[in-house]
Amino acid sequence: MELIPDALAGDRRALARLISLVEDDGPPVRTALAALYPYTGRAHIIGVTGAPGTGKSTLVNELAKAFRARSRTVGIVAVDPTSPFTGGAILGDRVRMRDLAGDPGVFIRSMATRGSLGGLARATGDVVKVLDAAGFEVVLVETVGVGQAEVDIARTAHTTVVVEAPGLGDEVQALKAGLLEIADVLVVNKADRPGAAQTARALEITLELGRNNQAANGWRPPILKTVALDGTGVGEVLEAVAAHRAYLQKSGLWERRERERARADLLRMLEQELMDRLMRELGAERLEEWVERVATRQVDVYTAVQAVLGS
Amino acid sequence: MSERLRILIAKPGLDGHDRGAKVVARALRDAGMEVIYTGLRQTPEMIVESALQEDVDAVGLSILSGAHMTLVPRVLQGLREAGLEHVKVFVGGIIPDEDVAALRELGVVAVFGPGASTQVIAETIRRELAGG
Repeated sequence: MELIPDALAGDRRALARLISLVEDDGPPVRTALAALYPYTGRAHIIGVTGAPGTGKSTLVNELAKAFRARSRTVGIVAVDPTSPFTGGAILGDRVRMRDLAGDPGVFIRSMATRGSLGGLARATGDVVKVLDAAGFEVVLVETVGVGQAEVDIARTAHTTVVVEAPGLGDEVQALKAGLLEIADVLVVNKADRPGAAQTARALEITLELGRNNQAANGWRPPILKTVALDGTGVGEVLEAVAAHRAYLQKSGLWERRERERARADLLRMLEQELMDRLMRELGAERLEEWVERVATRQVDVYTAVQAVLGS
Repeated sequence: MSERLRILIAKPGLDGHDRGAKVVARALRDAGMEVIYTGLRQTPEMIVESALQEDVDAVGLSILSGAHMTLVPRVLQGLREAGLEHVKVFVGGIIPDEDVAALRELGVVAVFGPGASTQVIAETIRRELAGG
């Protein structure tokens, strides 16, 4: 594919086409990603996640501007949900990112989840790799508006920023598992609204009660207040993100996270490849025969699996 | 082309009426398309840049200000200059009949006025994109 040298050389149209190919998957994509892989591993990948309406897009816009002010190039991947009923999607994150238009040091791509439930699309990690290989020094990944358990971003990003806003729930919400456990930096956005101080305090108490994955590693996630709409506090978020990166590198966690990511990638691809091979060998017809036997209770699913794999 | 159609819906120019653009965006979503919605007051340059980065199959422009004969040609020209001549452009809004003909002449694949059914809009786009 001639797209790769062009994309690596900074041709934005080739880059956009390459991302589409990666989104659609298929064998040529694997070849492309294999060719790109040696160029990856340089970008600082920063995830931004939180409930719908907390201001993720606006914060991403402000963070990107702040990184640009420090002459860093910025790739942005913004994920929005696909309708489970029609397969369609409205990708609206660019509405809040109009300040970044016309800047050749920024590349924004919107992605639909296409059926994935972990807050990202299945191909988001690969699209991040493409932007990394294309030389963007920072890649900001904005998840869909998440609830409590969509924590895929923690496996994709080096640094995860969790965005909260006042008035979304009491301390018990903050105590629950999930989002807070993956936060490297906590942001209470819309801090000009009533209740911001209480929200920050509730988060503080929760962190003190402990068991934040990062805290266990010796990093205490800072709790920062922002008003993303006018940029208040964004500089502090940028500093916290940079401090977290320095901490990861100094403590050896950067390498450990890379290793964990490599392991997850490898297992995921093995799983996919083994499944593909098995389906090719088994064939749709034989599969249906087994489905029929299990459905009519001639055989249980466990025995069926052993029989299929043993055959 | 990807199996999943990607459509950019944009409002160039200065009028602030985005209801129509939102209704169309929603209808295309319900027709199974991925719609990138960019919001109000986009310059032709911003629209071309978004179309390029998002690698869309088509661009829908909603214009109610009367400036369509200025804005649409600039978007079309920008797309050509960016190497995006394969991207189809359709227009919605208040467009006089004689301008509809002129816009079609310039390369706009379809113009939808007030009262156009969203189903017809979705079907027309699908057909135009299938036709290559």
